[in-house]
Amino acid sequence: MQLIECPWCGPREEVEFHYGGQAHVPYPDAPAEVSDEEWAHYVFFRDNTKGRFAERWCHSAGCRRWFNAIRDTATYRFESVHRLDAPQPHATELARSRRSTAP
Amino acid sequence: MAELLRTHPLQAWSTALERLPDTVGITAEPFVAMAVVRLGAAASEALDAALPTVPNTWAQHGTGRAVWLGPDEWLLSSTTETPEQLEARIRAAVVPLGGSVTDVSAQRIGLRLTGARVRDVLAKGCSIDLHPRVFGRGNSAQTLLGQAGVVLLALSDVGDDFLVLVRASFAGYLADWLLDAALEFTPTHDS
Amino acid sequence: MTSPFRTAEGGRIDRATTLEFTFDGQTHTGHPGDTLASALLAAGRHQIATSIKLGRPRGIAAAWAEDPGGLVQIEEPFPEPMLLATTVELHDGLVAHGLPGQGRLAEISDSARYDAVHHHVDVLVVGAGPAGLAAALTAARSGARVALVDDQSEAGGSLLAGTDRLDGAPAPEWVAAAVAELAGHPEVLHLQRTTAFGSYDDGFVLALERRTDHLGTAAPKHVSRQRVWRLRARSVVVATGAHERPVVFSDNDRPGTMLAGAARTFLHRYGVLPGREAVVFTTNDSAYDAALDLHRAGVRVQAVVDARPVGSPRREECERAGIRVLSGAVVTGTQGVERVTHALVARFADGEVGAGSAIACDLLLVSGGWNPAVHLFSQARGRLRYDEVLGAFLPAEELEGLSVTGAAAGVFDLAGCLADGQRVARAALTALAVRPPGEDRLPTAPEPVTPAAPLVLWRVPDTSGAGGHTSFVDLQRDATVADIERAVGAGLRSIEHIKRYTTIGTAHDQGKTSGVLTSGITAELLGIPVQATGTTTFRPPYTPVAFAALAGRDRGRLFDPERVTSLHDWHVAAGAVFEDVGQWKRPRFYPRPGEGMEAAVLRECVAARTGVGILDGSTLGKIDVQGPDAAVLLDRLYTNMISSLKVGSVRYGVMCGVDGMVIDDGTVLRLAEDRFLLLTTTGGAAKVLDWMEEWAQTEWPDLRVHCTSVTEQWNTFPVVGPRSRDVIGAVFPQVDVANEAFPFMTWRDTTLDGVPVRLARISFSGELAFEVYVNPWYGVAVWERLLGAGRPCGITPYGTETMHVLRAEKGYPIIGQDTDGTVTPHDLGMAWAVSKKKPDFVGKRSFARQANQDPLRKQLVGLLPVDRRTVLPEGSQIVELHPDGQLPPPPVPMLGHVTSSYRSAELARPFALALVKGGRSRIGDTVHVPVDGTLVPVEVTGSVLVDPEGARRDG
Repeated sequence: MQLIECPWCGPREEVEFHYGGQAHVPYPDAPAEVSDEEWAHYVFFRDNTKGRFAERWCHSAGCRRWFNAIRDTATYRFESVHRLDAPQPHATELARSRRSTAP
Repeated sequence: MAELLRTHPLQAWSTALERLPDTVGITAEPFVAMAVVRLGAAASEALDAALPTVPNTWAQHGTGRAVWLGPDEWLLSSTTETPEQLEARIRAAVVPLGGSVTDVSAQRIGLRLTGARVRDVLAKGCSIDLHPRVFGRGNSAQTLLGQAGVVLLALSDVGDDFLVLVRASFAGYLADWLLDAALEFTPTHDS
Repeated sequence: MTSPFRTAEGGRIDRATTLEFTFDGQTHTGHPGDTLASALLAAGRHQIATSIKLGRPRGIAAAWAEDPGGLVQIEEPFPEPMLLATTVELHDGLVAHGLPGQGRLAEISDSARYDAVHHHVDVLVVGAGPAGLAAALTAARSGARVALVDDQSEAGGSLLAGTDRLDGAPAPEWVAAAVAELAGHPEVLHLQRTTAFGSYDDGFVLALERRTDHLGTAAPKHVSRQRVWRLRARSVVVATGAHERPVVFSDNDRPGTMLAGAARTFLHRYGVLPGREAVVFTTNDSAYDAALDLHRAGVRVQAVVDARPVGSPRREECERAGIRVLSGAVVTGTQGVERVTHALVARFADGEVGAGSAIACDLLLVSGGWNPAVHLFSQARGRLRYDEVLGAFLPAEELEGLSVTGAAAGVFDLAGCLADGQRVARAALTALAVRPPGEDRLPTAPEPVTPAAPLVLWRVPDTSGAGGHTSFVDLQRDATVADIERAVGAGLRSIEHIKRYTTIGTAHDQGKTSGVLTSGITAELLGIPVQATGTTTFRPPYTPVAFAALAGRDRGRLFDPERVTSLHDWHVAAGAVFEDVGQWKRPRFYPRPGEGMEAAVLRECVAARTGVGILDGSTLGKIDVQGPDAAVLLDRLYTNMISSLKVGSVRYGVMCGVDGMVIDDGTVLRLAEDRFLLLTTTGGAAKVLDWMEEWAQTEWPDLRVHCTSVTEQWNTFPVVGPRSRDVIGAVFPQVDVANEAFPFMTWRDTTLDGVPVRLARISFSGELAFEVYVNPWYGVAVWERLLGAGRPCGITPYGTETMHVLRAEKGYPIIGQDTDGTVTPHDLGMAWAVSKKKPDFVGKRSFARQANQDPLRKQLVGLLPVDRRTVLPEGSQIVELHPDGQLPPPPVPMLGHVTSSYRSAELARPFALALVKGGRSRIGDTVHVPVDGTLVPVEVTGSVLVDPEGARRDG
């Protein structure tokens, strides 16, 4: 049973958390103006990274706050967790995540 | 017409709970007014009371308690106000500041656990560390107890007094769960 | 009834007490402290069973969990299969028999209790042998929170099985003092009979405590029989010792063949002589202790057969005692049937077996070296390295938060184990920023004698002519050297493949004795280093764990929480039959005496359509949404416009995912400009709140809006039917219930005896209806008040089945029953609920996708069986016949499926809702539904079958 560090509540067992998939995939500003293909990428496509990955988690059985994390998908180790109101580090990963959802 | 009578969700459990020995005392708390308040940093000022800002803590709040539920969220209780009075008082204070308040008096039921072995009872289904060194009076946690989500409050510094707040619909399950967990500490049990 | 092989004295058994037990129908005796195996050996019995495939006699070959031979089935006190005789503690009245590799589960349910406990410590020490005890003492003396778990009935590990002395006294005295000291530290949890069977992430270790098994029928019923400890340690110290490794030779499975160290354990710990005449076959010095100890206990040691050409410095010790030592010799085979009668001994040099002879014996002891028990380390993803000298795998790296000490780390001398345990514990404490104790004395152990180098010998070449087919590697699987040869011959190289091909290591013992042997023999056959072969993956559990223990208390009533409303006791008293809706228990119908479900539901439906019915709808999810931007959030999440809703009004709303598929529906009450109450489906409550939080927190944190679950804050009682206005009017005389004053889809607040009550004109049946909302503290009282007022109109409580019939007659879908995550609002015929004015909302963009514009999408329609009799099973497929009336050839194209199906009192016939390809364009068509092998013709209709004009909702 892995421990996940909630930025508010501290380490808790993983069963208290809900996985939210890849982080930093923003809702398009004007969905009506994007092409079908761009929209499909937003809806259906996510990275499948081996290694460090920026993703979203929610402490659903605790404070119910969403947060971002950098996790290694090969080892499951969390490198860091970030409150949504905190500056998000690892700009490169995040930029890459964001780019990758574009067609 | 007769006055409307109130029914406690754990009325049917009262006899079983009363039979428990002092080492694993479990009491269903009477109805109290409770409200969830949502407001940023201005909350304490608005309510003219110190709301706990450290995650997973609670503080005395008037005749009741203020429990940290999130960075802008508290559960307030009051033993002297009706649910409507509590909500109205807080509403007047926080809504002008963009906050919100919701009466949740019936949303949760309190179970008070007292005695030398109640920490052992909780340890059967609570994964967080309840040792008084780390979970003394003033600490709280929203976590799972058995398969029910709970708000757990430490009321003493020696690990023998806890308040468990559970969604009312889960109260029967949790009471059954606690009685079952307490069984081994019940010497009168026929073995 | 005699125990001829019991020593006259010694052993850690209580000779003053005699226990009686039955094995294979024979009555035997033993003593507290015995295992089933030691008591059987005391009676002279080695053979326990026959083997799984070959039916060969098999006996006790080890003294604890690594035994590959002695599987038993317990019959009394409770049937339990697949236990090892070596790990079953003897108790009075035990009834067991040997098992040929397969057991039988009990046919009666297990009435014992099982539970789990979470426990947090700074340092967890696994294993209470010398290294583990030293580590635990050091950790305890620092004041840290410590747990010490050990799988045996008492602490001491190898110290219980030998003649070691500490501080000049027998080592068990030090063990007793150490245990007593640990008991005096308030923050120490010391558990015996507790097997750490898995190590996982972040210092999480699962351990199984056998709490009452050893008490037999005297076990108290209110105490759990077994307990799973969920240990969370900041630092784990693995002091699990080592398993002795056999050497493979022909007919090495014959009862009477036993690991040398096991014989010492039976002698010293249990006071049992495992035989009268022994041959000891070894590749290392450790077996000399067994030879000498057995000799001193009166066993005639016929020979020590040492495979090493030079032998051991301990040879002289043996010879002084009159024990013959044959250096450069091996055991090539055994003779006997159900018990060894002779060991076949031959010269051995440069891997070649020379001339030999038979030596008579009834006990053949074997030692091929020691395998450190690295299971917990390896489970925690620790890498192993092969040690050429030991012929064993050792931890190859330091893990954060987990260290290995003592024999598990390859330290085999007593003084070394004690010092290493202390060292590792001090390092662990330092890493945790806990100051190690100042006063931390270790007992004085004798100076270690440096042993002669062991010989790594996996197998003795088979000279028996059996071609390796009787050289057993895994006794539990009857797998031999010949099987490994066949696997390698078939081209397998990976040890994981060889394991699966030969099944070695897949049995009850998970390869405790066979695993490393297989690596060694495979490497030899492939001509590659053992390091390159490696080991198979060590997976939990280390020893078998019963499912009952893993289930713990989550069974029976506690298996899954039952959520109930405040009316539950009333429903029970009213004789309701319940159905599960998620975790909720909801009344399905309220049968009257003699009534079945069908009759009850028809009666309840008639009441609601012609008189008045009442439902406990309190399980509906309720979410309080507040804040200046509440309407903005709801406009973005509902398909329809919410911001235009007037305070005091109610609107039906649909929510979709970004893919445009319906995820939930419900009603929205506008309580104030900045406040809404959302009603969700019963099953969707948590999902919808999470969905709203997700958007509000992660996408639009600038919106000033807060969502709070109030599901249990409100009871909801729909009062339904043409007479509902009379009932509501009677209970709430101050409310003007006239249609003009209180129109459809509006709500009003009022009070009842001072208690706030909210009334809403919402209908899920098409009938005139009022929903009554009240704090559940007063729920029963208000419900009874409504019933009382409705009695003159024959008010009828109804359950979810009637609710479903009524809503289906009106074509109202149940999200999750009539939809499956692939259905848009348009598919449901709810284009009216999709705003065309809003520039965007979640899901809108997807509606424009080509796939969602397809006119052949499945659409919700009604179905009327033409025979007016058949109730179509929900889930039935829908097919279309060729114009000639023939079924198309297989695969028959499926048009869709039945999603809801009921018998309608109103229509006086069964009807169904279905998702049908291009369904709305098929209205009026006849299609077919296969039911029990016949094709039932059904007419496709619109989904609204009752009151399509909506004339009834206002009464």
